[in-house]
Amino acid sequence: MSSDTTTDTTTDTTSGTDTDAVDPDAHIVPTEPDGDPGDAAYPPSPPIHEGGHGHKEPTDRQYVMIAVILAVLTAIEIAATELGNDGPWLVPSLIVLMTIKFFVVVLFFMHLRFDSRLFSLMFYIGLSFAVVLYTVVLATFHFFTG
Amino acid sequence: MSDSTVTDTPDIDPTGTTGAPESDHTEIPPGYDDGEDHIGFEHHHTATGLSNTKLAMWLFLGSECLLFGGLISTYMLYRNRQADQLGPDQLWDIPFTSATSFVLLMSSLTMVMSVSAAKRKDERGTRLWLTVTALLGGLFLAGQVYEFTVFYREGLGYTTSLFSSSFFTLTGFHGVHVGVGIIMLLSLVAMLARNRIIGDKAETVEMIGLYWHFVDVVWIVIFTLVYLVPA
Repeated sequence: MSSDTTTDTTTDTTSGTDTDAVDPDAHIVPTEPDGDPGDAAYPPSPPIHEGGHGHKEPTDRQYVMIAVILAVLTAIEIAATELGNDGPWLVPSLIVLMTIKFFVVVLFFMHLRFDSRLFSLMFYIGLSFAVVLYTVVLATFHFFTG
Repeated sequence: MSDSTVTDTPDIDPTGTTGAPESDHTEIPPGYDDGEDHIGFEHHHTATGLSNTKLAMWLFLGSECLLFGGLISTYMLYRNRQADQLGPDQLWDIPFTSATSFVLLMSSLTMVMSVSAAKRKDERGTRLWLTVTALLGGLFLAGQVYEFTVFYREGLGYTTSLFSSSFFTLTGFHGVHVGVGIIMLLSLVAMLARNRIIGDKAETVEMIGLYWHFVDVVWIVIFTLVYLVPA
Protein backbone atom coordinates (compact mmCIF):
# COMPACT_ATOMS: atom_id res chain seq x y z
CA MET A 1 0.00 0.00 0.00
CA SER A 2 2.62 2.46 1.01
CA SER A 3 4.92 1.79 -1.89
CA ASP A 4 2.18 2.56 -4.41
CA THR A 5 1.34 5.86 -2.79
CA THR A 6 4.95 6.86 -2.46
CA THR A 7 5.43 6.25 -6.16
CA ASP A 8 2.51 8.57 -6.86
CA THR A 9 4.14 11.42 -4.98
CA THR A 10 7.36 11.27 -6.96
CA THR A 11 5.91 10.78 -10.44
CA ASP A 12 3.23 13.41 -10.43
CA THR A 13 1.81 13.42 -13.96
CA THR A 14 -0.21 16.62 -13.47
CA SER A 15 2.84 18.76 -12.84
CA GLY A 16 4.83 17.70 -15.84
CA THR A 17 8.54 17.44 -15.24
CA ASP A 18 8.64 18.51 -11.61
CA THR A 19 9.23 15.28 -9.80
CA ASP A 20 9.34 17.05 -6.42
CA ALA A 21 5.79 18.32 -6.76
CA VAL A 22 3.60 17.18 -3.95
CA ASP A 23 0.64 15.03 -4.65
CA PRO A 24 -2.66 16.37 -3.28
CA ASP A 25 -2.95 13.31 -1.09
CA ALA A 26 0.65 13.42 0.06
CA HIS A 27 -0.32 14.77 3.47
CA ILE A 28 -1.72 11.42 4.43
CA VAL A 29 1.57 9.68 3.83
CA PRO A 30 3.91 10.18 6.76
CA THR A 31 7.51 9.32 6.20
CA GLU A 32 8.41 5.77 7.00
CA PRO A 33 11.75 5.66 8.73
CA ASP A 34 13.02 2.41 7.34
CA GLY A 35 10.84 1.96 4.30
CA ASP A 36 9.12 -1.10 5.67
CA PRO A 37 5.39 -0.64 5.19
CA GLY A 38 4.62 -2.99 8.04
CA ASP A 39 6.55 -1.00 10.61
CA ALA A 40 4.81 2.31 10.09
CA ALA A 41 1.63 1.14 11.75
CA TYR A 42 3.51 0.10 14.85
CA PRO A 43 4.57 3.28 16.57
CA PRO A 44 7.80 3.32 18.48
CA SER A 45 5.85 3.88 21.59
CA PRO A 46 6.43 3.20 25.16
CA PRO A 47 8.67 0.29 26.07
CA ILE A 48 6.70 -2.84 25.39
CA HIS A 49 7.68 -4.64 28.54
CA GLU A 50 7.26 -1.79 30.94
CA GLY A 51 3.87 -1.06 32.37
CA GLY A 52 2.28 1.89 34.10
CA HIS A 53 2.92 0.40 37.51
CA GLY A 54 6.58 -0.14 36.83
CA HIS A 55 6.21 -3.94 36.60
CA LYS A 56 7.57 -5.96 33.73
CA GLU A 57 5.01 -7.71 31.58
CA PRO A 58 5.27 -11.50 31.56
CA THR A 59 7.15 -13.29 28.83
CA ASP A 60 5.49 -15.87 26.58
CA ARG A 61 6.91 -18.63 28.77
CA GLN A 62 5.38 -17.02 31.85
CA TYR A 63 2.04 -16.74 30.05
CA VAL A 64 2.14 -20.49 29.48
CA MET A 65 2.90 -21.03 33.17
CA ILE A 66 -0.05 -18.82 34.13
CA ALA A 67 -2.31 -20.86 31.81
CA VAL A 68 -1.07 -24.07 33.44
CA ILE A 69 -1.89 -22.63 36.87
CA LEU A 70 -5.39 -21.71 35.65
CA ALA A 71 -5.87 -25.23 34.28
CA VAL A 72 -4.73 -26.78 37.58
CA LEU A 73 -7.10 -24.55 39.56
CA THR A 74 -9.94 -25.58 37.24
CA ALA A 75 -9.03 -29.24 37.73
CA ILE A 76 -9.10 -28.75 41.52
CA GLU A 77 -12.55 -27.14 41.24
CA ILE A 78 -13.89 -30.05 39.19
CA ALA A 79 -12.31 -32.64 41.46
CA ALA A 80 -13.75 -30.94 44.53
CA THR A 81 -17.23 -31.03 43.00
CA GLU A 82 -17.06 -34.57 41.68
CA LEU A 83 -15.25 -36.20 44.60
CA GLY A 84 -15.93 -33.94 47.55
CA ASN A 85 -19.69 -34.34 47.57
CA ASP A 86 -21.35 -31.34 49.18
CA GLY A 87 -19.63 -30.65 52.46
CA PRO A 88 -19.91 -27.21 54.06
CA TRP A 89 -16.46 -26.29 52.73
CA LEU A 90 -17.31 -26.96 49.08
CA VAL A 91 -19.07 -23.74 48.08
CA PRO A 92 -16.64 -21.37 49.86
CA SER A 93 -13.63 -23.16 48.36
CA LEU A 94 -15.18 -23.07 44.88
CA ILE A 95 -15.81 -19.34 45.22
CA VAL A 96 -12.26 -18.72 46.43
CA LEU A 97 -10.81 -20.69 43.49
CA MET A 98 -13.12 -18.88 41.07
CA THR A 99 -12.03 -15.51 42.45
CA ILE A 100 -8.35 -16.43 42.15
CA LYS A 101 -8.83 -17.50 38.51
CA PHE A 102 -10.82 -14.34 37.78
CA PHE A 103 -8.10 -12.04 39.05
CA VAL A 104 -5.25 -14.04 37.51
CA VAL A 105 -6.81 -13.53 34.08
CA VAL A 106 -7.66 -9.87 34.71
CA LEU A 107 -4.29 -8.95 36.21
CA PHE A 108 -1.97 -10.91 33.93
CA PHE A 109 -3.72 -11.80 30.68
CA MET A 110 -5.58 -8.48 30.54
CA HIS A 111 -2.46 -6.66 31.78
CA LEU A 112 -4.33 -4.67 34.41
CA ARG A 113 -1.42 -5.19 36.79
CA PHE A 114 0.94 -3.53 34.32
CA ASP A 115 -1.32 -0.78 32.97
CA SER A 116 -2.39 2.58 34.28
CA ARG A 117 -4.41 2.67 37.48
CA LEU A 118 -7.09 4.63 35.62
CA PHE A 119 -7.91 1.50 33.60
CA SER A 120 -8.15 -0.47 36.85
CA LEU A 121 -10.45 2.20 38.24
CA MET A 122 -12.78 2.00 35.22
CA PHE A 123 -13.09 -1.76 35.56
CA TYR A 124 -13.20 -2.11 39.33
CA ILE A 125 -15.86 0.58 39.69
CA GLY A 126 -18.16 -1.42 37.40
CA LEU A 127 -17.22 -4.72 39.04
CA SER A 128 -17.64 -3.41 42.60
CA PHE A 129 -20.94 -1.77 41.75
CA ALA A 130 -22.20 -5.02 40.22
CA VAL A 131 -21.09 -7.14 43.20
CA VAL A 132 -22.63 -4.79 45.78
CA LEU A 133 -25.83 -4.22 43.82
CA TYR A 134 -26.57 -7.87 43.13
CA THR A 135 -25.54 -8.99 46.61
CA VAL A 136 -28.15 -6.59 47.97
CA VAL A 137 -30.70 -7.83 45.42
CA LEU A 138 -30.07 -11.47 46.34
CA ALA A 139 -30.23 -10.63 50.05
CA THR A 140 -33.52 -8.86 49.49
CA PHE A 141 -34.91 -12.07 48.01
CA HIS A 142 -33.54 -14.05 50.99
CA PHE A 143 -31.14 -15.95 48.78
CA PHE A 144 -28.48 -16.30 51.47
CA THR A 145 -30.85 -17.19 54.31
CA GLY A 146 -32.91 -19.69 52.35
CA MET B 1 -0.33 25.90 13.49
CA SER B 2 2.11 28.71 14.08
CA ASP B 3 1.46 32.37 13.27
CA SER B 4 4.30 32.44 10.81
CA THR B 5 2.66 29.76 8.77
CA VAL B 6 -0.57 31.70 8.64
CA THR B 7 1.29 34.86 7.57
CA ASP B 8 3.17 33.09 4.84
CA THR B 9 0.11 31.42 3.45
CA PRO B 10 -2.86 33.66 4.20
CA ASP B 11 -5.40 31.36 2.55
CA ILE B 12 -4.76 28.56 4.99
CA ASP B 13 -7.28 27.93 7.69
CA PRO B 14 -5.34 27.87 10.98
CA THR B 15 -6.98 24.55 11.80
CA GLY B 16 -5.61 23.09 8.64
CA THR B 17 -8.93 21.53 7.80
CA THR B 18 -10.36 23.83 5.14
CA GLY B 19 -9.08 26.04 2.41
CA ALA B 20 -5.52 24.78 2.56
CA PRO B 21 -3.68 24.70 -0.71
CA GLU B 22 -2.78 21.22 -1.76
CA SER B 23 0.92 21.95 -1.65
CA ASP B 24 0.76 22.66 2.09
CA HIS B 25 -0.59 19.30 3.04
CA THR B 26 2.85 18.08 4.00
CA GLU B 27 2.89 20.61 6.87
CA ILE B 28 0.16 18.84 8.77
CA PRO B 29 1.74 17.71 11.99
CA PRO B 30 2.29 14.07 12.88
CA GLY B 31 -0.68 12.44 14.54
CA TYR B 32 -3.12 14.84 12.88
CA ASP B 33 -6.44 13.08 12.41
CA ASP B 34 -7.98 14.07 9.10
CA GLY B 35 -10.28 11.06 9.03
CA GLU B 36 -8.56 9.51 6.06
CA ASP B 37 -6.73 6.24 5.67
CA HIS B 38 -3.27 6.60 7.15
CA ILE B 39 -0.36 4.37 6.42
CA GLY B 40 1.63 5.67 9.31
CA PHE B 41 0.45 6.31 12.83
CA GLU B 42 1.43 8.24 15.88
CA HIS B 43 -0.29 8.36 19.23
CA HIS B 44 -2.70 11.26 19.68
CA HIS B 45 -2.29 13.46 22.68
CA THR B 46 -5.05 12.89 25.22
CA ALA B 47 -6.01 14.71 28.39
CA THR B 48 -5.01 11.70 30.48
CA GLY B 49 -1.93 10.80 28.48
CA LEU B 50 -3.50 7.37 27.99
CA SER B 51 -5.17 5.77 25.02
CA ASN B 52 -8.81 6.85 24.89
CA THR B 53 -9.65 3.66 23.01
CA LYS B 54 -8.29 1.54 25.81
CA LEU B 55 -9.98 3.67 28.44
CA ALA B 56 -13.30 3.28 26.63
CA MET B 57 -12.79 -0.49 26.37
CA TRP B 58 -12.20 -0.81 30.12
CA LEU B 59 -15.24 1.37 30.80
CA PHE B 60 -17.28 -0.89 28.50
CA LEU B 61 -16.01 -4.01 30.26
CA GLY B 62 -16.88 -2.46 33.64
CA SER B 63 -20.43 -1.91 32.39
CA GLU B 64 -20.56 -5.49 31.10
CA CYS B 65 -20.00 -6.63 34.69
CA LEU B 66 -23.39 -5.14 35.50
CA LEU B 67 -25.05 -6.93 32.58
CA PHE B 68 -23.67 -10.35 33.45
CA GLY B 69 -24.08 -9.69 37.18
CA GLY B 70 -27.81 -9.22 36.59
CA LEU B 71 -28.09 -12.39 34.50
CA ILE B 72 -26.08 -14.48 36.99
CA SER B 73 -28.11 -13.17 39.94
CA THR B 74 -31.35 -13.96 38.14
CA TYR B 75 -30.16 -17.50 37.49
CA MET B 76 -29.09 -17.94 41.11
CA LEU B 77 -32.54 -16.84 42.27
CA TYR B 78 -34.41 -19.14 39.89
CA ARG B 79 -32.17 -22.19 39.67
CA ASN B 80 -34.40 -24.19 42.03
CA ARG B 81 -37.66 -23.00 40.47
CA GLN B 82 -38.41 -25.92 38.19
CA ALA B 83 -41.18 -27.67 40.15
CA ASP B 84 -41.20 -31.28 38.95
CA GLN B 85 -39.47 -30.42 35.70
CA LEU B 86 -35.85 -31.17 34.86
CA GLY B 87 -33.35 -29.44 37.13
CA PRO B 88 -29.61 -28.85 37.10
CA ASP B 89 -28.81 -32.11 38.89
CA GLN B 90 -30.43 -34.22 36.19
CA LEU B 91 -28.97 -32.27 33.28
CA TRP B 92 -25.39 -31.21 33.87
CA ASP B 93 -22.66 -33.18 32.19
CA ILE B 94 -19.71 -31.85 34.19
CA PRO B 95 -16.92 -33.67 32.29
CA PHE B 96 -18.20 -32.33 28.97
CA THR B 97 -18.66 -28.76 30.23
CA SER B 98 -15.24 -28.95 31.91
CA ALA B 99 -13.68 -29.84 28.56
CA THR B 100 -15.33 -26.87 26.81
CA SER B 101 -14.30 -24.61 29.71
CA PHE B 102 -10.73 -25.79 29.30
CA VAL B 103 -10.89 -24.97 25.59
CA LEU B 104 -12.06 -21.41 26.35
CA LEU B 105 -9.38 -21.03 29.02
CA MET B 106 -6.69 -22.06 26.54
CA SER B 107 -8.08 -19.59 24.01
CA SER B 108 -7.14 -16.87 26.49
CA LEU B 109 -3.57 -18.14 26.36
CA THR B 110 -3.50 -18.06 22.55
CA MET B 111 -5.03 -14.58 22.64
CA VAL B 112 -2.35 -13.24 24.95
CA MET B 113 0.29 -14.86 22.74
CA SER B 114 -1.22 -12.97 19.82
CA VAL B 115 -1.02 -9.66 21.70
CA SER B 116 2.56 -10.49 22.63
CA ALA B 117 3.41 -11.22 18.98
CA ALA B 118 1.75 -7.96 17.89
CA LYS B 119 3.88 -5.99 20.35
CA ARG B 120 6.97 -7.68 18.89
CA LYS B 121 5.73 -6.61 15.41
CA ASP B 122 5.54 -10.28 14.44
CA GLU B 123 2.59 -9.98 12.08
CA ARG B 124 2.63 -13.62 10.96
CA GLY B 125 2.63 -14.84 14.55
CA THR B 126 -0.14 -12.39 15.41
CA ARG B 127 -2.39 -13.71 12.65
CA LEU B 128 -1.59 -17.32 13.52
CA TRP B 129 -2.47 -16.95 17.21
CA LEU B 130 -5.59 -14.94 16.40
CA THR B 131 -6.75 -17.71 14.07
CA VAL B 132 -6.08 -20.38 16.71
CA THR B 133 -8.02 -18.29 19.24
CA ALA B 134 -10.97 -18.02 16.86
CA LEU B 135 -10.88 -21.79 16.26
CA LEU B 136 -10.86 -22.53 20.00
CA GLY B 137 -13.73 -20.08 20.45
CA GLY B 138 -15.61 -21.86 17.68
CA LEU B 139 -14.99 -25.18 19.41
CA PHE B 140 -16.38 -23.81 22.67
CA LEU B 141 -19.43 -22.44 20.86
CA ALA B 142 -19.99 -25.76 19.10
CA GLY B 143 -19.89 -27.46 22.51
CA GLN B 144 -22.46 -25.03 23.85
CA VAL B 145 -24.78 -25.59 20.89
CA TYR B 146 -24.43 -29.37 21.39
CA GLU B 147 -25.21 -28.97 25.10
CA PHE B 148 -28.31 -26.88 24.35
CA THR B 149 -29.46 -29.49 21.84
CA VAL B 150 -29.08 -32.30 24.38
CA PHE B 151 -31.00 -30.33 27.02
CA TYR B 152 -33.76 -29.55 24.55
CA ARG B 153 -34.11 -33.20 23.55
CA GLU B 154 -34.35 -34.14 27.21
CA GLY B 155 -37.30 -31.80 27.53
CA LEU B 156 -35.75 -28.52 28.72
CA GLY B 157 -37.16 -25.76 26.53
CA TYR B 158 -36.71 -22.02 26.97
CA THR B 159 -40.11 -21.64 28.63
CA THR B 160 -40.19 -24.95 30.50
CA SER B 161 -39.47 -23.33 33.86
CA LEU B 162 -37.97 -20.26 35.48
CA PHE B 163 -34.76 -22.27 35.84
CA SER B 164 -34.60 -23.08 32.13
CA SER B 165 -35.40 -19.50 31.06
CA SER B 166 -32.74 -17.99 33.29
CA PHE B 167 -30.19 -20.67 32.34
CA PHE B 168 -30.66 -20.30 28.58
CA THR B 169 -30.70 -16.49 28.84
CA LEU B 170 -27.45 -16.39 30.82
CA THR B 171 -25.49 -18.95 28.81
CA GLY B 172 -27.06 -17.73 25.56
CA PHE B 173 -25.93 -14.16 26.21
CA HIS B 174 -22.45 -15.44 26.93
CA GLY B 175 -22.53 -17.53 23.74
CA VAL B 176 -23.50 -14.45 21.73
CA HIS B 177 -20.53 -12.62 23.23
CA VAL B 178 -18.26 -15.49 22.18
CA GLY B 179 -19.79 -15.39 18.68
CA VAL B 180 -19.19 -11.64 18.40
CA GLY B 181 -15.63 -12.20 19.62
CA ILE B 182 -15.01 -14.82 16.93
CA ILE B 183 -16.32 -12.44 14.24
CA MET B 184 -14.01 -9.70 15.56
CA LEU B 185 -11.02 -12.08 15.63
CA LEU B 186 -11.56 -13.30 12.08
CA SER B 187 -12.18 -9.75 10.84
CA LEU B 188 -8.95 -8.68 12.51
CA VAL B 189 -7.03 -11.51 10.84
CA ALA B 190 -8.42 -10.49 7.43
CA MET B 191 -7.69 -6.80 8.03
CA LEU B 192 -4.14 -7.53 9.18
CA ALA B 193 -3.56 -9.70 6.11
CA ARG B 194 -4.68 -6.84 3.85
CA ASN B 195 -2.93 -4.16 5.91
CA ARG B 196 -6.25 -2.39 6.48
CA ILE B 197 -5.78 -1.51 10.14
CA ILE B 198 -5.87 2.24 10.69
CA GLY B 199 -3.65 3.25 13.58
CA ASP B 200 -1.68 1.19 16.02
CA LYS B 201 -1.95 -2.48 15.11
CA ALA B 202 -0.69 -3.74 18.46
CA GLU B 203 -3.28 -1.66 20.29
CA THR B 204 -6.06 -2.92 18.00
CA VAL B 205 -5.07 -6.52 18.73
CA GLU B 206 -4.92 -5.70 22.44
CA MET B 207 -8.44 -4.21 22.39
CA ILE B 208 -9.90 -7.34 20.81
CA GLY B 209 -7.85 -9.32 23.33
CA LEU B 210 -9.36 -7.44 26.26
CA TYR B 211 -12.85 -8.26 25.03
CA TRP B 212 -11.92 -11.91 24.53
CA HIS B 213 -10.35 -12.26 27.97
CA PHE B 214 -13.43 -10.70 29.50
CA VAL B 215 -15.60 -13.32 27.81
CA ASP B 216 -13.32 -15.95 29.35
CA VAL B 217 -13.48 -14.30 32.78
CA VAL B 218 -17.28 -14.29 32.66
CA TRP B 219 -17.25 -18.00 31.81
CA ILE B 220 -14.98 -18.67 34.80
CA VAL B 221 -17.74 -17.23 37.00
CA ILE B 222 -20.59 -18.95 35.12
CA PHE B 223 -18.85 -22.33 35.15
CA THR B 224 -18.38 -22.23 38.92
CA LEU B 225 -21.70 -20.72 39.97
CA VAL B 226 -23.94 -22.44 37.44
CA TYR B 227 -22.31 -25.84 36.93
CA LEU B 228 -20.18 -26.58 39.98
CA VAL B 229 -21.99 -25.04 42.94
CA PRO B 230 -24.70 -27.53 43.91
CA ALA B 231 -28.24 -26.27 43.39
